[in-house]
Amino acid sequence: MTALDDTDRRILNRLQEGFPITPHPFADVAAELGLEEDDLITRLARLKDTRLITRFGPFYDAAAMGGAFCLCAMQVPEGDFDRITDLVNAHPEVAHNYERDHALNMWFVLATETKAGIGEVAKRIEAETGLTVLLFPKEHEFFIGFRVAA
Amino acid sequence: MSIDTTDRRLIKATQSGLPLVPAPYAEIANALGLDEAEVMQRLQAMQDSGVIRRIAVAPNHYALGMTANGMTVWDVEDSAALGLGAQVGALEFVSHCYLRPRALPDWPFNLFAMVHGKTRDEVAAKRVEIRALLGDALRSDDILYSTRILKKTGLRLGKG
Repeated sequence: MTALDDTDRRILNRLQEGFPITPHPFADVAAELGLEEDDLITRLARLKDTRLITRFGPFYDAAAMGGAFCLCAMQVPEGDFDRITDLVNAHPEVAHNYERDHALNMWFVLATETKAGIGEVAKRIEAETGLTVLLFPKEHEFFIGFRVAA
Repeated sequence: MSIDTTDRRLIKATQSGLPLVPAPYAEIANALGLDEAEVMQRLQAMQDSGVIRRIAVAPNHYALGMTANGMTVWDVEDSAALGLGAQVGALEFVSHCYLRPRALPDWPFNLFAMVHGKTRDEVAAKRVEIRALLGDALRSDDILYSTRILKKTGLRLGKG
């Protein structure tokens, strides 16, 4: 595990809260944290390069743009797992995909630009893999206050 | 909110991340042939309307030592699910919490709550707390640990 110092932790905690839309946003955040702008930028670049952060930028909500998200699950035969993973991940609509320890062992999220897109992509995946795709669309999302304490 | 073609170009230019330069919005504007003020105004409008949930970092739970990641799933009586789901979502160790349709008979669970921790024991202890909170409205539950990240890219807009 890559070492994080206290400044890195403060940056990670602060930047989970949101980033300003201002002409010099790094300078604004750096000032809040008592850092220099170039120090903040250098540290963020290192955190990205070392994969301590997976993304830094806007998080878009497909549903708010008229599209949809849907959690999906499949029961994939163990011996065929890598091949099926490649088939599923090849779809750009697959935003993330996790292996889980359950009979339903592959769980992925589809993000599509139209509501109808979810069913269309799921059908394509079923045709390509010969496996059933279970759809778990959200019926209600509860407010969350969670942040990772770095 | 409807997004126009300029918004779409802006989304495509930023969906994999913001440039790490002192004036990132100006750099994006240059690349798209827009001016910085328009880029900022459009991003602000999309944030205000919820198209952008937030501009932020996504920490890598695994690299930060949060290697135990459990999707706890619960079969909760429908009449109690909204109220109890709100209480589960408010727990500080729950990162996502949703009601979803059951897929009977294989999948009886309607409440999903993601729980992260440094060890599976820590996650299991949190699961016990959720179970206590759900009380008599709970019929059965399970936990699915993630054993591998197979893909994590976030939203990608195609052509359009």
